[in-house]
Amino acid sequence: MLGCNERVGKMSDPQLPWMSDEAIGAIRRDMIKFARLQLRDATMAEDVVQEALVAALANGQEFAGRSALKTWVFAILRNKIVDLIRLQSRTTNVSALAPDEESLDQSFETLFKGNDHWRPEDRPTNWGDPEEALRQQRFWDVFDACLKHLPENTARVFMMREFLEFETAEVCRELRITVSNCNVILHRARNGLRRCLEKNWFLGGQQAC
Amino acid sequence: MLSCKDVTRKLSESLDRELTLAERLQLEMHLAMCQGCRNFKKQMGFLRLVCRRYMAGKTSSDSDT
Repeated sequence: MLGCNERVGKMSDPQLPWMSDEAIGAIRRDMIKFARLQLRDATMAEDVVQEALVAALANGQEFAGRSALKTWVFAILRNKIVDLIRLQSRTTNVSALAPDEESLDQSFETLFKGNDHWRPEDRPTNWGDPEEALRQQRFWDVFDACLKHLPENTARVFMMREFLEFETAEVCRELRITVSNCNVILHRARNGLRRCLEKNWFLGGQQAC
Repeated sequence: MLSCKDVTRKLSESLDRELTLAERLQLEMHLAMCQGCRNFKKQMGFLRLVCRRYMAGKTSSDSDT
Protein backbone atom coordinates (compact mmCIF):
# COMPACT_ATOMS: atom_id res chain seq x y z
CA MET A 1 0.00 0.00 0.00
CA LEU A 2 1.35 3.36 -0.96
CA GLY A 3 -0.55 5.55 1.48
CA CYS A 4 0.71 9.09 1.25
CA ASN A 5 3.11 8.29 -1.58
CA GLU A 6 0.50 8.97 -4.24
CA ARG A 7 2.83 11.23 -6.17
CA VAL A 8 5.20 8.39 -6.76
CA GLY A 9 2.44 5.85 -7.08
CA LYS A 10 1.00 7.47 -10.16
CA MET A 11 4.02 6.56 -12.18
CA SER A 12 4.23 3.11 -13.62
CA ASP A 13 7.92 2.91 -12.82
CA PRO A 14 8.70 3.73 -9.21
CA GLN A 15 12.31 4.39 -10.19
CA LEU A 16 12.77 8.16 -9.94
CA PRO A 17 14.73 9.89 -12.68
CA TRP A 18 17.53 11.11 -10.41
CA MET A 19 17.92 7.61 -9.04
CA SER A 20 19.17 6.39 -12.38
CA ASP A 21 22.29 4.24 -12.35
CA GLU A 22 24.13 7.16 -13.82
CA ALA A 23 23.08 9.58 -11.08
CA ILE A 24 23.89 7.14 -8.32
CA GLY A 25 27.16 6.30 -10.04
CA ALA A 26 28.16 9.97 -10.00
CA ILE A 27 27.34 10.33 -6.31
CA ARG A 28 29.16 7.10 -5.57
CA ARG A 29 32.32 8.34 -7.31
CA ASP A 30 32.26 11.53 -5.23
CA MET A 31 31.75 9.53 -2.06
CA ILE A 32 34.62 7.17 -2.80
CA LYS A 33 36.94 10.05 -3.52
CA PHE A 34 36.00 11.63 -0.22
CA ALA A 35 36.22 8.40 1.80
CA ARG A 36 39.61 7.57 0.29
CA LEU A 37 41.02 10.93 1.27
CA GLN A 38 39.72 10.52 4.77
CA LEU A 39 40.57 6.87 5.35
CA ARG A 40 43.60 6.49 3.05
CA ASP A 41 42.55 2.93 2.31
CA ALA A 42 40.90 2.08 -1.00
CA THR A 43 39.18 -1.13 0.14
CA MET A 44 37.88 0.41 3.32
CA ALA A 45 36.64 3.39 1.36
CA GLU A 46 34.73 1.23 -1.14
CA ASP A 47 33.17 -0.78 1.67
CA VAL A 48 32.06 2.19 3.69
CA VAL A 49 30.57 3.91 0.64
CA GLN A 50 28.68 0.76 -0.29
CA GLU A 51 27.27 0.52 3.24
CA ALA A 52 26.27 4.17 3.26
CA LEU A 53 24.54 3.92 -0.12
CA VAL A 54 22.67 0.79 0.83
CA ALA A 55 21.61 2.35 4.12
CA ALA A 56 20.43 5.50 2.37
CA LEU A 57 18.47 3.76 -0.38
CA ALA A 58 17.08 1.02 1.83
CA ASN A 59 15.66 3.64 4.11
CA GLY A 60 12.92 4.19 1.57
CA GLN A 61 12.81 7.89 2.20
CA GLU A 62 11.58 10.10 -0.60
CA PHE A 63 14.08 12.61 -1.85
CA ALA A 64 13.12 15.93 -3.32
CA GLY A 65 15.83 15.69 -5.94
CA ARG A 66 19.31 14.50 -6.44
CA SER A 67 20.87 17.03 -4.08
CA ALA A 68 18.65 15.90 -1.22
CA LEU A 69 19.74 12.31 -1.80
CA LYS A 70 23.35 13.41 -1.93
CA THR A 71 23.10 15.37 1.31
CA TRP A 72 21.48 12.39 2.97
CA VAL A 73 24.05 9.80 1.84
CA PHE A 74 26.92 12.08 2.76
CA ALA A 75 25.47 12.50 6.25
CA ILE A 76 25.39 8.71 6.57
CA LEU A 77 28.88 8.43 5.12
CA ARG A 78 30.19 11.00 7.60
CA ASN A 79 28.89 8.96 10.54
CA LYS A 80 30.33 5.75 9.16
CA ILE A 81 33.72 7.35 8.57
CA VAL A 82 33.70 8.72 12.11
CA ASP A 83 33.04 5.23 13.45
CA LEU A 84 35.97 3.86 11.44
CA ILE A 85 38.28 6.64 12.60
CA ARG A 86 37.28 5.89 16.17
CA LEU A 87 38.18 2.25 15.64
CA GLN A 88 41.46 3.11 13.93
CA SER A 89 42.44 5.52 16.69
CA ARG A 90 42.55 2.60 19.09
CA THR A 91 45.38 1.05 17.13
CA THR A 92 47.26 4.04 15.74
CA ASN A 93 49.08 6.62 17.78
CA VAL A 94 48.13 9.93 16.20
CA SER A 95 50.44 11.94 18.42
CA ALA A 96 53.56 10.03 17.35
CA LEU A 97 55.53 12.08 14.87
CA ALA A 98 55.89 10.28 11.53
CA PRO A 99 58.96 11.02 9.35
CA ASP A 100 56.90 12.91 6.76
CA GLU A 101 55.42 15.07 9.53
CA GLU A 102 58.84 15.76 10.94
CA SER A 103 60.12 16.88 7.55
CA LEU A 104 57.08 19.12 7.06
CA ASP A 105 57.85 20.75 10.42
CA GLN A 106 61.49 21.19 9.49
CA SER A 107 60.59 22.84 6.24
CA PHE A 108 58.27 25.18 8.16
CA GLU A 109 61.18 26.18 10.41
CA THR A 110 63.28 27.15 7.39
CA LEU A 111 60.77 29.90 6.51
CA PHE A 112 62.02 31.96 9.44
CA LYS A 113 65.16 33.80 10.36
CA GLY A 114 66.90 33.27 13.70
CA ASN A 115 64.56 35.77 15.37
CA ASP A 116 61.49 33.82 14.17
CA HIS A 117 60.45 36.45 11.66
CA TRP A 118 59.83 35.60 7.99
CA ARG A 119 62.77 35.33 5.66
CA PRO A 120 62.01 37.89 2.96
CA GLU A 121 61.91 35.25 0.22
CA ASP A 122 59.55 33.04 2.22
CA ARG A 123 57.10 35.69 3.35
CA PRO A 124 53.50 34.67 2.55
CA THR A 125 52.40 36.42 -0.62
CA ASN A 126 49.28 38.33 -1.47
CA TRP A 127 46.90 35.96 -3.23
CA GLY A 128 44.87 38.79 -4.66
CA ASP A 129 41.25 37.78 -5.15
CA PRO A 130 41.53 34.07 -4.43
CA GLU A 131 37.80 33.46 -4.76
CA GLU A 132 38.24 33.63 -8.49
CA ALA A 133 40.15 30.36 -8.16
CA LEU A 134 37.14 28.58 -6.69
CA ARG A 135 35.39 28.80 -10.04
CA GLN A 136 38.13 26.91 -11.81
CA GLN A 137 38.15 23.14 -11.91
CA ARG A 138 41.94 23.09 -12.12
CA PHE A 139 42.14 24.82 -8.77
CA TRP A 140 40.13 22.01 -7.19
CA ASP A 141 42.44 19.45 -8.79
CA VAL A 142 45.43 21.22 -7.23
CA PHE A 143 43.64 21.39 -3.88
CA ASP A 144 42.90 17.65 -4.03
CA ALA A 145 46.52 16.91 -4.84
CA CYS A 146 47.68 19.09 -1.93
CA LEU A 147 45.36 17.27 0.47
CA LYS A 148 46.66 13.90 -0.71
CA HIS A 149 50.17 15.15 -0.22
CA LEU A 150 49.65 15.85 3.51
CA PRO A 151 50.96 13.24 5.94
CA GLU A 152 48.26 10.74 6.85
CA ASN A 153 47.53 11.63 10.46
CA THR A 154 47.92 15.32 9.80
CA ALA A 155 45.35 15.07 7.02
CA ARG A 156 42.99 13.05 9.16
CA VAL A 157 42.93 15.60 11.97
CA PHE A 158 42.56 18.45 9.50
CA MET A 159 39.71 16.80 7.63
CA MET A 160 37.86 15.92 10.82
CA ARG A 161 38.04 19.56 11.80
CA GLU A 162 37.38 21.23 8.44
CA PHE A 163 35.32 18.76 6.43
CA LEU A 164 33.48 16.77 9.06
CA GLU A 165 33.26 19.97 11.12
CA PHE A 166 34.09 18.57 14.49
CA GLU A 167 34.91 20.99 17.28
CA THR A 168 38.59 20.81 18.16
CA ALA A 169 37.73 19.32 21.57
CA GLU A 170 35.82 16.51 19.86
CA VAL A 171 38.72 15.77 17.50
CA CYS A 172 41.06 15.49 20.48
CA ARG A 173 38.66 13.25 22.32
CA GLU A 174 38.00 10.95 19.36
CA LEU A 175 41.69 10.58 18.54
CA ARG A 176 42.84 10.69 22.15
CA ILE A 177 45.31 13.50 21.77
CA THR A 178 45.81 16.64 23.86
CA VAL A 179 44.44 20.02 22.79
CA SER A 180 47.92 21.43 22.34
CA ASN A 181 48.88 18.49 20.17
CA CYS A 182 45.73 19.01 18.16
CA ASN A 183 46.68 22.66 17.66
CA VAL A 184 50.15 21.68 16.50
CA ILE A 185 48.74 19.20 14.00
CA LEU A 186 46.14 21.64 12.62
CA HIS A 187 48.77 24.34 12.29
CA ARG A 188 51.01 21.90 10.42
CA ALA A 189 48.18 20.93 8.09
CA ARG A 190 47.10 24.49 7.36
CA ASN A 191 50.61 25.68 6.76
CA GLY A 192 51.33 22.67 4.56
CA LEU A 193 48.24 23.31 2.45
CA ARG A 194 48.91 27.03 2.31
CA ARG A 195 52.40 26.45 0.97
CA CYS A 196 51.25 23.80 -1.46
CA LEU A 197 48.56 26.11 -2.89
CA GLU A 198 50.94 29.03 -3.00
CA LYS A 199 53.56 27.05 -4.85
CA ASN A 200 51.31 25.13 -7.21
CA TRP A 201 48.54 27.59 -7.85
CA PHE A 202 49.12 31.16 -6.81
CA LEU A 203 52.77 31.36 -7.85
CA GLY A 204 52.32 28.84 -10.63
CA GLY A 205 51.66 31.46 -13.26
CA GLN A 206 47.96 31.73 -12.41
CA GLN A 207 48.13 35.39 -11.67
CA ALA A 208 50.43 38.23 -12.50
CA CYS A 209 51.24 39.56 -9.03
CA MET B 1 56.25 41.02 21.28
CA LEU B 2 55.04 38.11 19.18
CA SER B 3 57.30 36.74 16.47
CA CYS B 4 55.94 35.86 13.02
CA LYS B 5 56.20 32.19 13.94
CA ASP B 6 54.08 32.77 17.07
CA VAL B 7 51.60 34.70 14.98
CA THR B 8 51.09 31.81 12.55
CA ARG B 9 50.23 29.59 15.53
CA LYS B 10 47.80 32.10 17.00
CA LEU B 11 46.15 32.64 13.63
CA SER B 12 45.68 28.90 13.20
CA GLU B 13 44.23 28.62 16.72
CA SER B 14 41.89 31.50 16.05
CA LEU B 15 40.10 29.19 13.60
CA ASP B 16 39.52 26.70 16.39
CA ARG B 17 38.77 28.75 19.47
CA GLU B 18 38.04 32.32 20.47
CA LEU B 19 41.26 34.08 21.34
CA THR B 20 41.44 36.04 24.58
CA LEU B 21 41.37 39.83 24.46
CA ALA B 22 45.06 39.97 25.33
CA GLU B 23 45.90 37.54 22.52
CA ARG B 24 43.85 39.54 20.05
CA LEU B 25 45.56 42.78 21.01
CA GLN B 26 48.99 41.23 20.66
CA LEU B 27 48.01 39.85 17.28
CA GLU B 28 46.62 43.15 16.05
CA MET B 29 49.76 44.98 17.09
CA HIS B 30 51.88 42.57 15.13
CA LEU B 31 49.60 42.49 12.09
CA ALA B 32 49.57 46.27 11.88
CA MET B 33 53.29 46.17 11.18
CA CYS B 34 53.74 42.93 9.27
CA GLN B 35 52.58 42.43 5.69
CA GLY B 36 53.72 38.79 5.61
CA CYS B 37 51.52 37.88 8.58
CA ARG B 38 48.59 39.87 7.17
CA ASN B 39 48.91 37.77 4.02
CA PHE B 40 49.13 34.63 6.15
CA LYS B 41 45.93 35.61 7.95
CA LYS B 42 44.09 36.11 4.65
CA GLN B 43 45.40 32.79 3.38
CA MET B 44 44.06 31.02 6.50
CA GLY B 45 40.66 32.59 5.94
CA PHE B 46 40.73 31.50 2.33
CA LEU B 47 41.65 27.96 3.32
CA ARG B 48 38.59 27.75 5.56
CA LEU B 49 36.41 29.05 2.73
CA VAL B 50 37.88 26.46 0.37
CA CYS B 51 37.03 23.68 2.81
CA ARG B 52 33.45 24.89 3.24
CA ARG B 53 32.97 25.07 -0.53
CA TYR B 54 34.62 21.70 -0.97
CA MET B 55 32.04 20.08 1.29
CA ALA B 56 29.18 22.15 -0.10
CA GLY B 57 30.16 21.04 -3.59
CA LYS B 58 30.04 17.43 -2.43
CA THR B 59 26.69 17.62 -0.77
CA SER B 60 24.68 20.12 -2.70
CA SER B 61 22.92 21.02 -5.83
CA ASP B 62 25.74 21.87 -8.22
CA SER B 63 24.73 19.20 -10.69
CA ASP B 64 20.97 19.59 -10.29
CA THR B 65 19.06 21.27 -13.02
